[in-house]
Amino acid sequence: MTAIQDTHIPNHEAGHADDHHHEHPSWLAHHFDDAEQQFDSGKLGMWLFLVTEVLFFSGMFCAYALYRNRNPEVFEFCSSFLNEKLGAINTGVLLFSSLTMAWAVRAAQLRQHQLLVGMLGATLGCAAIFLGVKSVEYSHKWELGLLPGRFYVPQIEGHHGAHHGYLEMLCIVPAIVTVLCAAYAVFSWAIKSTFHQQVSGPLLTAALCFFVGVFLGQYLEAQEEATKGHANHHEHHMSVQGHIDHDSHDHAAASDTHEHDHGSAPAPVAAVASSGGSSDVYVDSKELATPKPNVNKSTMAGLFFSIYYCMTGVHAVHIIGGMIVISWLIVKAARHEFHEQYFGPVDNVGLYWHLVDFIWIYLFPLLYLIT
Amino acid sequence: MSVVDRPLASPGYSEADSYPTHHFLNHSHGILSWALTLDHKRIGLMYLVGVMSSFALGGLFALMIRIHLWNFQDGWLSNKTYNQVFTLHGAIMVFLFIIPSIPAALGNFLLPIMLGTKDVAFPRLNLMSFYLWITGLVFFLAALSITGLDTGWTFYTPYSIDTQQGGAVLAATFGVFVLGFSSIFTGLNFIVTINTMRPPGMSWFRMPLFLWALYSTSIIQVLATPVLGITVLLLSAERLLGIGIFDPKLNGDPVTFQHFFWFYSHPAVYIMILPAMGIISELMSVHCHKGIFGYRMIAYSSIAIALFGFLVWGHHMFTSGMADVTAVVFSALTFTVSIPSAIKVFNWLGTMYQGTVSLNTPMLYALAFIFLFTIGGLTGLPLGALSTDMHFHDTYFVVAHFHYVMMGGTLVAFLGGVFHWWPKMTGRMFNDKLGIVSAIIVFVGFNLTFLPQFVLGSRGMPRRYATYLPEFQPLHQLSTIGSLTLGSGLLLALIVLLMSLVNGKKAPRNPWGGATLEWECASPPPHDNFSSAPTVGDPYDFSNIEYDGKTGGYVKRA
Ligand code: HEM
Ligand SMILES: [Cu+2]
Repeated sequence: MTAIQDTHIPNHEAGHADDHHHEHPSWLAHHFDDAEQQFDSGKLGMWLFLVTEVLFFSGMFCAYALYRNRNPEVFEFCSSFLNEKLGAINTGVLLFSSLTMAWAVRAAQLRQHQLLVGMLGATLGCAAIFLGVKSVEYSHKWELGLLPGRFYVPQIEGHHGAHHGYLEMLCIVPAIVTVLCAAYAVFSWAIKSTFHQQVSGPLLTAALCFFVGVFLGQYLEAQEEATKGHANHHEHHMSVQGHIDHDSHDHAAASDTHEHDHGSAPAPVAAVASSGGSSDVYVDSKELATPKPNVNKSTMAGLFFSIYYCMTGVHAVHIIGGMIVISWLIVKAARHEFHEQYFGPVDNVGLYWHLVDFIWIYLFPLLYLIT
Repeated sequence: MSVVDRPLASPGYSEADSYPTHHFLNHSHGILSWALTLDHKRIGLMYLVGVMSSFALGGLFALMIRIHLWNFQDGWLSNKTYNQVFTLHGAIMVFLFIIPSIPAALGNFLLPIMLGTKDVAFPRLNLMSFYLWITGLVFFLAALSITGLDTGWTFYTPYSIDTQQGGAVLAATFGVFVLGFSSIFTGLNFIVTINTMRPPGMSWFRMPLFLWALYSTSIIQVLATPVLGITVLLLSAERLLGIGIFDPKLNGDPVTFQHFFWFYSHPAVYIMILPAMGIISELMSVHCHKGIFGYRMIAYSSIAIALFGFLVWGHHMFTSGMADVTAVVFSALTFTVSIPSAIKVFNWLGTMYQGTVSLNTPMLYALAFIFLFTIGGLTGLPLGALSTDMHFHDTYFVVAHFHYVMMGGTLVAFLGGVFHWWPKMTGRMFNDKLGIVSAIIVFVGFNLTFLPQFVLGSRGMPRRYATYLPEFQPLHQLSTIGSLTLGSGLLLALIVLLMSLVNGKKAPRNPWGGATLEWECASPPPHDNFSSAPTVGDPYDFSNIEYDGKTGGYVKRA
């Protein structure tokens, strides 16, 4: 926290020497009177920032509520493509990281520098596991063609979809980061600097945690496929196929049906006509809903996945942002900068981290647990 | 007013530092000492130059529009270009000029000084906010030069999804996103500074009203802007990934976009007007040399406007389709939000009553504000009433309404504020006579430009059209003449300001006789604002402020 000083070019003119009346420790920015004022300002600033974050997400929660209210059946159908086991694991991982983060704040207050670095490292590791699992989820869906909106093209031949190497692509950046961290760790051991060792250790561990997450995710994904058995899963995909066939048969009917979903007036049904009934049969829109409308198309399921990717994507960006600031804290902690008078940064990053976890606590049931 | 021969002195004040040789402007030298500065005063000045340049750019587009509309058809712009010109005019004026204008430029400069502190709470964040603003500017210029944006400043879907100018929509929405964060960081910084850094003795109700105004503005910035952020983010995702949330072709709902957009943009009109009202409160009391009338009412009404402003966004969408009940509720709430605005106007008039009014440049701009804002606010009422809005929506009546509040209100107050604090910021006095002339030309030109537009709109002239029926031509031509008058008035104001830098008299510490803390600081202020913590009094107590013939300014009797 060396604020301000940058532009404080030494000045020799008279009348300027009495700039600083009282002793300012290096961790106290020069425009603050005392530690309390600095702490309160940081804290209030962080709370306000969290308010903006909540409002930022609120836009997407509104969109979610709106479209779920309009098309509940779409949300039910699509949610079954999300692996709730992976979601649950990630929820647990994030909850645990909130614990380690809170512990880190306490360690900072008590000058337990070693423990502080450890706890921050653990938080970072949890974040990496989360992202590893998320990468498995994303790549799996992309391979099944479960893409947002316009690009939604569910794969129907085979269970696994084509192998496109999406997961490998998502692993490139973490792999590079891991190599860099490893190099840094080797370097820090070579020069025998405890400071660098304290920084590089947690960073390397966290980077490796990403791959732990990936393996965990893949293992569970495979298990899911196995235990759900071919019967259940197969049937699931069969029904997807069935919908699609149906769709291609009477395209006009499908789009008609869609319109009737919203209008309340009874209307003639092309599908009935084509299946041999007399053409002037009028059916109430409620009854129309019984032969399930096809939801497996870009205008229906595609919209769900748009919302899914927007929400979880923006959340993941926040996780990554959190990882960057936690790494910064690790550097400061390894320098033993924090003490009972100055632990604001740990406290504030902690608040941010809890919020990011908190948002996930909402996302998990809203997206994964719809039945 | 008495002229005294003995220099009156308040503690810590001496003749020598009345015209300081060392101040924030020459505290350090070189481009980098500005580009990397954490000094709120320098950041404020950089913002001032930035927003004024954006205003000039947006103004040029405005004149292009007005000249194009001289004839009812075959104007000098193609229809396509016309769409791009009015879009860029609106977008630049709203996002680059008017929203940051008063808070980021004048507010940044003045808020810490009025609080008697060395800086805002987060100086680095402050600088970052400025660079985000620059980034936003770059994206806007990209949108301008690559293809040209043609969606209108509101980016309504589905047109913004379908238009050929995809690159421009992306560049502009990204620019808006970045500018939003710039605005959020300024607001956040101000709230924290006011909450935690007020000097001892300055209770909430001893704060200058400008600070109350900035505080309520900041609340809106922090609460509303993130929603705009996610809206434009979803819009860019719509263009890039076809997510369909706003796209009717993919079963999305374009009206949802309007809700999201106005949930920000109606509160945003209060981001524009509240700081202007704060300036007027200061100008009114200082230039009438009389305490502000109804201090608490003005303070509370700022907060009331900030909160009620969140509940009326639907009045922009009466014709977009909404349930009858919803429309009635939005209409009723719209009427309630005009009450606090009216309270302020009456309090300003009450302040002038029996005051010693100095009719100088800042005061003339303030008077122009009151007149123009009142017209703008009153014409908001027929727009908020359901039956009349069906007729007025999307006509020149709306155009005239919001120019009266935004330009007649915010811009005029901004100019008044710039003239008022110019001596403080630069240490130079401007030519008051020429300043007065500029104020008069601006006032006349403004009314000449926009009064005819009320008539045009009520007769059915739709907004955003490149051509029109011949019967509207005389009024359009009147408006174009007005706009050229207005432009020359503004140019004169700029010349007056720039001339003062060349040959202006040195400014005294307190040229107008203000009682707020910034007038106890040297002109221009030193790097750290106050060498010792100032004593805080009533910001509107003028009883012991006297004119001092020696310095040509006012001093506080000890
Ligand atoms: C005093 C109370 C006010 C009321 C009752 C009011 C009411 C309205 C209404 C009902 C509309 C929508 C008209 C339509 O599109 O059919 C409108 C438009 C507008 N108002 Fe106001 N207004 C007020 C003050 C302000 C202020 C202070 C500002 C800005 C500083 C402002 C800026 C705007 C803008 C920019 C639009 C048009 C936006 C667009 O469609 O492009 N208004 N106003
Ligand atoms: Cu509005």
